[in-house]
Amino acid sequence: MPRINSATELEELRKGILSKRDPNKPCIAICAGTGCLALGNDRVISAFEEEVKKQTLEAKVDIRATGCHGFCEKGPNIIIYPEEICYIEVTPEDVPEIVSQTVLGKEVIDRLIYTDPNTGEKAAHQSEIPFYKNQMRHLIGNNSKIDPKSIDEYLALGGYSALSKSLFEMSPEQVLEEIKKANLRGRGGGGFPAGLKWETARNAPGEEKYVIVNGHEGEPGAFMDRALFTGNPHSVLEGLIIGAYAIGSHQGFIYTRHDSPQLRNNIAVALTQAEEYGLLGENILGSGFNFNVEVHLDIGIFVSGESSALMRSIEGKNPEPRPKYIRTSVSGIWEKPSNLNNVETWANVPQIINRGSEWYTSIGTERSKGTKLISLSGNIVNTGVVEVPFGTTLREIVYDIGGGIPNGKKLKAVHFGGPMGGSIPESLLDTPLDFDELAKLGAPIGAGGMFVLDEDTNMVDVTRFFLNFLTNESCGKCVPCREGIRQMLKIVTNISEGKGREGDIELLEEISEVAGAASLCALGKTASDPLLSTLRYFRDEYEANIKEKKCRA
Amino acid sequence: MSEILLQIDGREVEARKGMTILEAAQSAGIFIPTLCHHEKLEAYGACRICTVEVEARGRKNLVAACVYPVEQNLVVRTRSEKIDRIRKMILELLLAHAPDAFALQDLAKEYGADKDRFEKEASFCIHCGLCVRYCAEVKKKNAVGFVDRGTRREISFIPEIASKECWNCKECFPLCPTEALQAAFVLTKALFSP
Amino acid sequence: MDNARIDRIIDKHQGEASSLIQVLLEIQSENHWLPKEALERVSEKLQVPLTRIRHIATFYKTFSLIPKGRHEIHVCTGSSCHVRGATRLLDTVQDLIGIRPGETSSDLRFSLETGNCLGCCALGPEIVVDGKHHSKIAPDNVEDVLKDYD
Ligand SMILES: Cc1cc2nc3c(=O)[nH]c(=O)nc-3n(C[C@H](O)[C@H](O)[C@H](O)COP(=O)(O)O)c2cc1C
Ligand code: SF4
Ligand code: FES
Ligand code: FES
Repeated sequence: MPRINSATELEELRKGILSKRDPNKPCIAICAGTGCLALGNDRVISAFEEEVKKQTLEAKVDIRATGCHGFCEKGPNIIIYPEEICYIEVTPEDVPEIVSQTVLGKEVIDRLIYTDPNTGEKAAHQSEIPFYKNQMRHLIGNNSKIDPKSIDEYLALGGYSALSKSLFEMSPEQVLEEIKKANLRGRGGGGFPAGLKWETARNAPGEEKYVIVNGHEGEPGAFMDRALFTGNPHSVLEGLIIGAYAIGSHQGFIYTRHDSPQLRNNIAVALTQAEEYGLLGENILGSGFNFNVEVHLDIGIFVSGESSALMRSIEGKNPEPRPKYIRTSVSGIWEKPSNLNNVETWANVPQIINRGSEWYTSIGTERSKGTKLISLSGNIVNTGVVEVPFGTTLREIVYDIGGGIPNGKKLKAVHFGGPMGGSIPESLLDTPLDFDELAKLGAPIGAGGMFVLDEDTNMVDVTRFFLNFLTNESCGKCVPCREGIRQMLKIVTNISEGKGREGDIELLEEISEVAGAASLCALGKTASDPLLSTLRYFRDEYEANIKEKKCRA
Repeated sequence: MSEILLQIDGREVEARKGMTILEAAQSAGIFIPTLCHHEKLEAYGACRICTVEVEARGRKNLVAACVYPVEQNLVVRTRSEKIDRIRKMILELLLAHAPDAFALQDLAKEYGADKDRFEKEASFCIHCGLCVRYCAEVKKKNAVGFVDRGTRREISFIPEIASKECWNCKECFPLCPTEALQAAFVLTKALFSP
Repeated sequence: MDNARIDRIIDKHQGEASSLIQVLLEIQSENHWLPKEALERVSEKLQVPLTRIRHIATFYKTFSLIPKGRHEIHVCTGSSCHVRGATRLLDTVQDLIGIRPGETSSDLRFSLETGNCLGCCALGPEIVVDGKHHSKIAPDNVEDVLKDYD
């Protein structure tokens, strides 16, 4: 690969890539996301490769193994371009027919397209399938359009133009200003304004500064960061480099899971390719800006994703939260200013730079801008990765996109934020997706796992599940968290087994007040949030269990 | 070193930059209870019994006095209804593990903690980490460490090192607020010398 | 696992103490467990106290201080699989192979782990054996799946 030395050379390269492409050439995009692979899409990919070879179509048809398309429920998924025909639940046996009939013959195979279970209506194109058409897929939508292992495909979609614009047309201050004006809020849980955090790190004393991608994704039921990072690693990397430029950092870290080979490989390939093109490393694009990235593989436990624990892990120390009252953006890794943002937060950066903060702030609500990735799971018809603008109501997500509750059951609640979050009852389902609105209801959006619960769910059991999760996923260092969770779990377990006693609820409330006020890190401080929110909306279930001595587990 | 003025329980207190609230309070003779703090060791912030209320720039917060650095004009309260409630609960949670520890009993009296509030699960260790940190930071021997996580976290000796180093040292023994350390050590020795 | 192999892994990371977790991960993935001797070697080469290494090795579920069975069964107990019946599934697996999560059967045939979300909620409840996913599985079908692994 030739090294690119200027903005002009980058545009020439892009032109070259585009000129070699025929927009009408059929392309079969096969999902190689975690879900579809687990369902055997690797065999579907091989079958396509063989079939294309057999019919000697190599020059006429492209095959592309992509990241998650989002509609994991119906996997293995494929999309055939340029018509954007979606086939679901594809098997290797379907492959010859797809190639002959659809790719060459341009005919839709009825049996492989989506049928709406409620209306019986069929939908062949992405733009007609309710799951897709009710979303706004600015981030995840590109997954099916690129091979994550090919930087050229990312460039073909305009990739790295935001980096080039930042480096050559904007000062670091202007980039920072744009992010602040866009009111980009952190997607990893806290919703803290990214621009303010960047500014703190930028203004912090010291020459050496770090920028970090938090790709830990420890929340159970959350898989959107993995889907985005695996399927479009360059979008995260580009955001990171732009952030580094704005902050004045020359060293970045990618902290991510070791347990997904695709994720690992795709990141490694992306870094190598970006370096070869001169988009990473010394003198990026000939601008004089230097920036390197190191990958830190980890999986740790849930608490490892907390910022100070994560930074200790990068230092090679025990990944426990640190009792410091100085922000990591001022004193983080090796006591240097360290700016940490979530995968999705970074991926938002290039589009803000390219299309401007005004465009960005036109999407969303008053105080939550842009789109949000959501992992839909639990008792829901369409499990998968969803992207919607802030302001979309929870009802729209559950019914219009998620397809409702399976087996004709009624919805009971949706739970956000996993073990640090809360549940929202059906009666409040018209609440818009919004950082502050959901927090007000006691169910902060968290990382974006939306866990749907049907009428058969016992909410005491949901609380018990999360508390039990935390006994094994916290660090155990500080007393209010470790001992508080231990006792709360005991009491909640007793209640759910019909052994609850009068006064248990009050005792639970007392423990959670102390854990919430005195714990060392945010895990302990919010560990009782699922408990408090279920007590807020479903107190009767606790009371009934205690009074009637019923075992409902 | 620059002087910092702050207020603790209504009293003006002078401190140096880099001091913690606990150190400032101690220098002024104001008592804040601690369980995991030791002056020779790096601040640890785990037991949270030293929780106090601070008010800085109009915002009130509960913080651990042993870690929180002093600031100019900081207003600190070392007792309040809420602080007492927190300390009482922390003590009750710990008394389930170490019901006979003197260090806990004295404080329990002060804060009205009921040692039978929670079902006994006598493991004797309250995870203050004094032994682990003393061995690592002061003696640099690292004979004892933590293992595991969450509610299963515990201390554990490394027999090979313990058998060489501990017999002639035992300096961490008096630091232990409960009898856990002796128990663990005796256990290790028993396992190691057949 | 001999010292030469461990040294190779350590050298790859330039023998830096900050790479401790990466080194342990690689030993675990090559050897499937962390023998005591390996930890001692790492401690010596990286100049990191054994206490700290042991804490990390027991802190992460990924690491095992005991040998693993020939086949690793992983039952997803994430939130979504939980409401879709993971508890019953786990009970069935435990009954069938007679070990609990974190354990290895005495004939070294199976190790059982539970884990959080693997990112495949659409397939839940599921069990994964040696990396192969068995999705939307009913307790009644577990025996059938496991009999192929010996
Ligand atoms: C217990 C705990 C676990 C966390 N896990 C994650 C995680 O898996 N991924 C993540 O991005 N942020 C996680 N966070 C939030 C991070 O501490 C941090 O706020 C975030 O990465 C900052 O990025 P953002 O501002 O872009 O959201 C966690 C926080 C806590 C307290
Ligand atoms: S709150 Fe929990 S997870 Fe956080 S430091 Fe304390 S024990 Fe560890
Ligand atoms: S993994 Fe294929 S659609 Fe999500
Ligand atoms: S003395 Fe401050 S937390 Fe223990």
